[in-house]
Amino acid sequence: MKERALEWNYEIEGRDFRNAGTVSSKIKEILKELGFDPDFVRGVAVASYEAEMNVVCHADKGTLHFTILPEALRIVVEDTGPGIPDIDLAMQEGYSTAPLEIREMGFGAGMGLPNMKKNTDELNIYSTVGKGTVVEMVMRSPLAGEGSG
Amino acid sequence: MQLWEIKGILEAELLWEPADLQLEIATAEAADLMSDVLTQSIGGELLLTGLTNSHVIRTAEMVDIKAIAFINSKRPDEATIALAKEQGLPLLTTRLFLFEASARLAMRGLTGSSGTIW
Repeated sequence: MKERALEWNYEIEGRDFRNAGTVSSKIKEILKELGFDPDFVRGVAVASYEAEMNVVCHADKGTLHFTILPEALRIVVEDTGPGIPDIDLAMQEGYSTAPLEIREMGFGAGMGLPNMKKNTDELNIYSTVGKGTVVEMVMRSPLAGEGSG
Repeated sequence: MQLWEIKGILEAELLWEPADLQLEIATAEAADLMSDVLTQSIGGELLLTGLTNSHVIRTAEMVDIKAIAFINSKRPDEATIALAKEQGLPLLTTRLFLFEASARLAMRGLTGSSGTIW
């Protein structure tokens, strides 16, 4: 891979369920085209989709910043929304504040954040109640790890 | 098992054509909770579900599901079918209920990802 960062920025609209997932779909497409390992791509897509759905389900709007660095991938999702009052609680499997309409679509089981953690090497969440949330995910590609032993 | 066999076993209808009926399906999963599908704990190449919204298609895309069968005669709206077609994701619909559809496939040799059907 070239020694420069590749970056993409996307907007995510809150409550726009029809288009939810389009950003993660693009990310998956980019990684597939670049020839990343399919299992790795799947993990990144899942983590990205969970983060994207969180913005659509809970926030007013957000941005997804995707960077391919020489040693890792980085996804930063920043939203304007209600924020997360207790991040430790939100990280617990099964804890959810999702309303009924989101559960009826098959989401909101309280698995989103734990699943993002499972599919990333680093997960950092910064949140201010009443303002919004920033989720930073770092994923190291199996290819990128080869040289570092 | 190939998709045409699954279609026959489920007495199912294809929701868009022409889909690749020779698509190889090694494992199946059944879920209405997309959160469960996304955790990949059940991981299958065919998804049997009673949910028909567009997130089922998106979820399938993220976890590399190869085909979806909607049970209980359910069918998604046209926009959702179009999204699946765009992705080359074959969609089936069967009048069978979830248990019956799953059982028929298992009896004919299709397995889940954990290897506990034999």
